Amino acid sequence: MSSDADADSTTPTGEADAAGSAAAASDADPVLAVEGLRKRYDDTVALDGVDLAVADGEFVAVVGPSGCGKSTLLRVLSGLEPEFAGRVTVDGTDVRDGGSDAVGMVFQEPRLLDWADVRENVAVGLPADVDPESPAARERVDELIETVGLDGFAESHPDQLSGGMAQRVSLARGLAYDPSVLLLDEPFSALDRLTKADQQDHLLDVWEERGTTVVLVTHDVEEAVYLADRVVVLGGQPGTVESVIDVDIDRPRERADADLVALRREVTESLGR
Amino acid sequence: MAADTRRESDVSRESDSGTGSEAGGSVHRSESPSLGPVPLPSPDRFRPLLGLLVPIGLVVVWHFLVATGVFAAYQLPAPLRVAETLYGMAASGELWDHVAITLQRVALGAGLGIIVGTVFGTLTGLSRTASDLLDPLLQSLKNIPSLAWVPLFLLWFGIGETAKVLLIAVGAFFPVYLNLSTGIAAVDEELLEVAEVYDLGRVESLRRVVFPAALPDLLVGIRGGVGLAWMFVVAAELIAASQGIGFLLSDGRALARPDIIVGSILLFAFLGNCSDVAVKEVRDRVVGR
Repeated sequence: MSSDADADSTTPTGEADAAGSAAAASDADPVLAVEGLRKRYDDTVALDGVDLAVADGEFVAVVGPSGCGKSTLLRVLSGLEPEFAGRVTVDGTDVRDGGSDAVGMVFQEPRLLDWADVRENVAVGLPADVDPESPAARERVDELIETVGLDGFAESHPDQLSGGMAQRVSLARGLAYDPSVLLLDEPFSALDRLTKADQQDHLLDVWEERGTTVVLVTHDVEEAVYLADRVVVLGGQPGTVESVIDVDIDRPRERADADLVALRREVTESLGR
Repeated sequence: MAADTRRESDVSRESDSGTGSEAGGSVHRSESPSLGPVPLPSPDRFRPLLGLLVPIGLVVVWHFLVATGVFAAYQLPAPLRVAETLYGMAASGELWDHVAITLQRVALGAGLGIIVGTVFGTLTGLSRTASDLLDPLLQSLKNIPSLAWVPLFLLWFGIGETAKVLLIAVGAFFPVYLNLSTGIAAVDEELLEVAEVYDLGRVESLRRVVFPAALPDLLVGIRGGVGLAWMFVVAAELIAASQGIGFLLSDGRALARPDIIVGSILLFAFLGNCSDVAVKEVRDRVVGR
């Protein structure tokens, strides 16, 4: 693993263009910056030469076929994978030096504590210096439960919730952390079509209301184009940034909007499908 | 039972006040046959009593086998004779002393075994190194039969209470240790990642994630430990005791009193079962939400 650090100090020229356009699209001072990221599991290189910059308050979607390393990218950003080469910073701090403290993560599965009620589960996301028993913390948790539309369910246990509701508890937990960047790993992939559409709109509401920076990983092109300010297409083996597509369409967006459909086609084409 | 009904009422509230889009998904757990209009005197309430039918039948058969002379009374006393003997000992107060001392030994021994088992189980569950160091030894010690320990414990601790309590503690230790150690080591990796992402820290993630997740395993271990404590108390009392139900057993043999022997066996069965039901009840309350 340590050999990575030496081997990858230079970025292959092919990726430089994509990196350039990604950086150009964001402000000078990105909340999240990835430069020349290379991640390897034993003999398999999952990601190579990935560059990405996300501005404050921006909603970025990362799409790619399965196996292109998009979940790996999120795991690196969240600090769960400390072994990698390149530079990954959140708020200017390297994620390996506890910069991961600044990110919240919503996993593909809700990953709730099933012995704890909704309130307790959301409180898991409270920052370490907040006493979960204090009235202020309690108020904050209850407010978040309301934000994600689960008022009245604070005392319910995860096994009493539907899949969509459980995923919203997980979202509230991520928001409780008040992260600089909220990472979402295909959070809606297990939901049926109707519930999924509701949850997407819900996420947009929360994002607009709170102004959190969001990085959403998905394999669903429609979802990416509908939600994001910018769509980053990952591809290849090992995965790298193939292209970055801006979505300059005002919200609220129509799912059947002609421009949106055109962009969807563009993203799909750059996926090579 | 209580937990089940609570859940149903919660779910029905949920579907009433649901946000419309959620209602379809949220009720999926409750669509069990039991949700319909339940007739008030549910026959299921008497179901546990079915378990008494076979023992009662056996007692009746036992009575007739002795009464008709298939078994000689000096080998197997009639059920009524056993009951009379137990009643007589209870009335004279002798029985309570034996029961009390046995209960005390089981409680102290099981308590000690559970505490030590919890400590070691936590240690080996959390630390790979501790597990590599201790687990092979403990796994092989667990296979030593209870009776094999008795001479050694008598030699080390004399015939007093210490030897008996420690022997019982050895018995109670292993199930607790094994279940908790496995339970902690098997805590869902995904939940540990959640604890890591949200920076719970070592202590908080143990308190809020690892221990609650392993609690069901600990309770299974405690149930097994209490069961083994009853096995070990017999071993301790049969060989070196002047009081206790185990002593009654061997005394019954020495006095050629089959009624005392059978009575003691039944006492063990009854008390062991009571403690098992109690531990199970605690477990259901803690885990069965």
